[in-house]
Amino acid sequence: MSKIHVTTKVNGDEVEYLCEPRETLLDCLRDHLDLTGAKEGCGTGDCGACSVTMDGRLVCSCLVLGAEAQGKEIATIEGMAEDGALHPLQRKFIEHAALQCGICTPGILVAAKSLLEKNPDPTETEMRYWLAGNLCRCTGYDKIIRAVMDAAAEMREAS
Amino acid sequence: MSTGIGARVKRKEDKRFITGKGKYTDDVRSENQAYAAFVRSPHAHAKIKGIDKSAALAMEGVIDVLDGHQLTGDGIGNIICGWAITSKDGSAMNMGAWSALATEKVRYVGDAAAVVIAETQALARIAAEAVEVDYEVLPAVSNAKKALADGAPEIHDNAPGNLIYDWEIGEEAATDAALSEAAHVTEMEITNNRLSPNPMEPRSAVATYDAAEEHYTLYTTSQNPHVARLVLSAFYQVAPEHKLRVIAPDVGGGFGSKIYIYPEEITCLWASMKTNRSVKWTSDRSEAFITDAHGRDHISTAKMGFDADGRITGFKVDTIANFGAYMSLFSSAVPTYLYATLLSGQYDIQNIHCNVRAVYTNTVPVDAYRGAGRPEACYLIERMMETAAREMGKDPSELRRANFVREFPHQTPVIMAYDAGDFDANLDQAREAADVAGFPARKEEAAKRGKLRGLGYSSYIEACGIAPSAAVGSLGAGVGLWESAEVRVNPVGTIEILTGSHSHGQGHETTFAQIVAERFSIPIENVSIVHGDTDKVQFGMGTYGSRSGAVGMSAIVKAMDKVEAKVRKIAAHVLEASEDDIVIEGGEVKVKGTDKAMGWHEVGLSAYTAHNLPPDMEPGLKESAFYDPANFTFPAGAYICEVEVDPETGVTEIVRFTASDDFGTIINPMIVEGQVHGGIAQGIGQAMLEQVVYDDDGQLITGSYMDYTMPRAADLPFYDVHHASTICPNNPLGMKGCGEAGAIGSPPAVINAITDAIGSNTLAMPATPHAVWSALQAAQ
Repeated sequence: MSKIHVTTKVNGDEVEYLCEPRETLLDCLRDHLDLTGAKEGCGTGDCGACSVTMDGRLVCSCLVLGAEAQGKEIATIEGMAEDGALHPLQRKFIEHAALQCGICTPGILVAAKSLLEKNPDPTETEMRYWLAGNLCRCTGYDKIIRAVMDAAAEMREAS
Repeated sequence: MSTGIGARVKRKEDKRFITGKGKYTDDVRSENQAYAAFVRSPHAHAKIKGIDKSAALAMEGVIDVLDGHQLTGDGIGNIICGWAITSKDGSAMNMGAWSALATEKVRYVGDAAAVVIAETQALARIAAEAVEVDYEVLPAVSNAKKALADGAPEIHDNAPGNLIYDWEIGEEAATDAALSEAAHVTEMEITNNRLSPNPMEPRSAVATYDAAEEHYTLYTTSQNPHVARLVLSAFYQVAPEHKLRVIAPDVGGGFGSKIYIYPEEITCLWASMKTNRSVKWTSDRSEAFITDAHGRDHISTAKMGFDADGRITGFKVDTIANFGAYMSLFSSAVPTYLYATLLSGQYDIQNIHCNVRAVYTNTVPVDAYRGAGRPEACYLIERMMETAAREMGKDPSELRRANFVREFPHQTPVIMAYDAGDFDANLDQAREAADVAGFPARKEEAAKRGKLRGLGYSSYIEACGIAPSAAVGSLGAGVGLWESAEVRVNPVGTIEILTGSHSHGQGHETTFAQIVAERFSIPIENVSIVHGDTDKVQFGMGTYGSRSGAVGMSAIVKAMDKVEAKVRKIAAHVLEASEDDIVIEGGEVKVKGTDKAMGWHEVGLSAYTAHNLPPDMEPGLKESAFYDPANFTFPAGAYICEVEVDPETGVTEIVRFTASDDFGTIINPMIVEGQVHGGIAQGIGQAMLEQVVYDDDGQLITGSYMDYTMPRAADLPFYDVHHASTICPNNPLGMKGCGEAGAIGSPPAVINAITDAIGSNTLAMPATPHAVWSALQAAQ
């Protein structure tokens, strides 16, 4: 089967790749673009480890075809720190030790950033429901929620 | 800011994780990479009559299709269980043969009959579908009790009646006598639900054979790469140890499930030799549900006798443990020495007897999962205590206090000798933090809102720091359970610690560095931790059973003792002083009470230039040590859970969860809190959400996240975690271990709270809304 040529923007950079029609965006990021920050935790959109944004919308990249990225703007964990400066969420995750094994962390950070862009002042309940799409088996979510709250507060002050 | 023992140091490993730069096994891609996909049985029990590979082999891009006869024909050995348990009649356990690829029979849904090696993962998976296995389907059994019944299908020829062993501990006659004379006997049948560990990183292996060197390299998701190499070499005969390098890079959680050496790693190594390609396999989530070792799955009946004052006089337990279709690496130890030896709980009980029957079924093999035997013991004891208190009309915390062990060391009748603890202190701290005094008012207020509020306790004890090698050897363990460490001081004074422990979320790169930085008074940035590679670290037993602090760090301390002794000799020589007067502080090695000093880095440089060393001293500054623990350690604590139940729907919310733990010395409270949080979350998962379900034919019903309920952020509360510690007297840092406590202590607290709320004691885990609602209806 012939491959599909895709031109897209990832973390602000124009990129192109050849993918098979069945390949997911997650496969393309990991295998063709060497961006291995997004992880496959389930392949069915139930765990959120592969979370990225496409044209600003939070998606499970395991449920998006690589070909669908044509002409879109993709943002992954690798683009979250700008010019070497960590995003407030990244800093707060370190300050609170809001991660353990780290495998779900890229997806959770991408999802949390997406939440704060939509709602800069979420309640605890809103955070818990927004992040309910991201499974973490290590932390019990306590320090994650606290880190997101803290980052949200800092970002509100800064804005 | 201090970075030493007790400091909340930020985790050194986190920068790579939060930027997406962690390097996990599935992120590894070799040159010449080929991919493996397994041909898995859709039947729970069947004979393999033949395998037709022709259609798959004809597909373009398929490199080879390999089966179990080829594997065993090449001398690859069977997968073994490494802990020999002897039945009470003196007979050895009945271990059935387990080949990495099945030859004659498949025994559970997911058992692999063949493997396809192809150019891409997708192609390998498609080709695996094209391999035609001719199965003769046999009757299957998934429930352990049914597997023991007359006429049940037999799974292994050498295990009549599917019985692996029939084992006992304690004095049965004395326990029976105590129960017959008891003023009150509480009796319960208790099931501990089967769980799937579900680390968020699925298992993965990348195996590469170098034909010129006859050498293998395996990247794998392992909690114990050296144990993996040992077993792959000594038992499975894949390659001799010096020709096999095992690397466990960043590993995305384990919880026990990545201790074992599975068929897939063995097959990938062998297939890389057969095909002369690097072979990669990564489990998808459905495959994880049908291949990762499951946990728990006990059915028990228990009787606990009390005298008129509420003191426990005897405790008798009969347990059936479901082992699945094969004996996994440590499976035999879990319902025996990691379970029945903890049945004394925090209580002074003179008479205990426990009988355990281990049983084959047509299900995924069962082995240690976070807590491993201790959650099952704790759940049993703490459900019994709460129930007994209700039956006798006593306050549940007072009934516990009436039985607490208060003098240490305390020898239980089931092997364990508790070395330290203050169970009252934990209970007091938890009760105060949970505002137990205010509970009646909260319950009343909840009732006004139409909610049923309940409060439940759990006073847990567990055993960590596994374990004194001679002791576990006498109990049947096939390995010693020490740990090793090497301290390498570089000429510029920076330090590398090589450890046999393996970090897969525990934060060793931080906590291990903390004790080194403090000991040698150097910046924590100047210490790095090396682990997870058999070419770098000489040996190690790995990380499980909350052993990395009590055993792994103790080995580091022992190696640091040796380094310090040499540093003192060098400094005393250079500074012309007595070794006894040398002190290490403020980044310097000084002569006490004088202004004579060398920088720490100058000592390192002296050791390597060797221009001015004491006579006969070897150059260099590198020491190693093996540490074999003197005893188990005994983390303990009190957990209090408060819930609100909606009687209309059975929906239960945990409104408060309070923990008081005794972990001994705490190196980094921030990391320890995280360990407790995660453990509690898994315990709440077991209590309210999670359950592996098989139908009677051995088909797995819960094979995806749509069927198996994982705890999510919206399901869980914040946790209120406190510490009231006693120091462990049996290791140099006084540590007990914190990795499993949360998963051990929390399930009974949750169920005790819900049963308190609904006024019914017949509630099994998981307490789903349907289960809670049904129990409530039955009680009304």
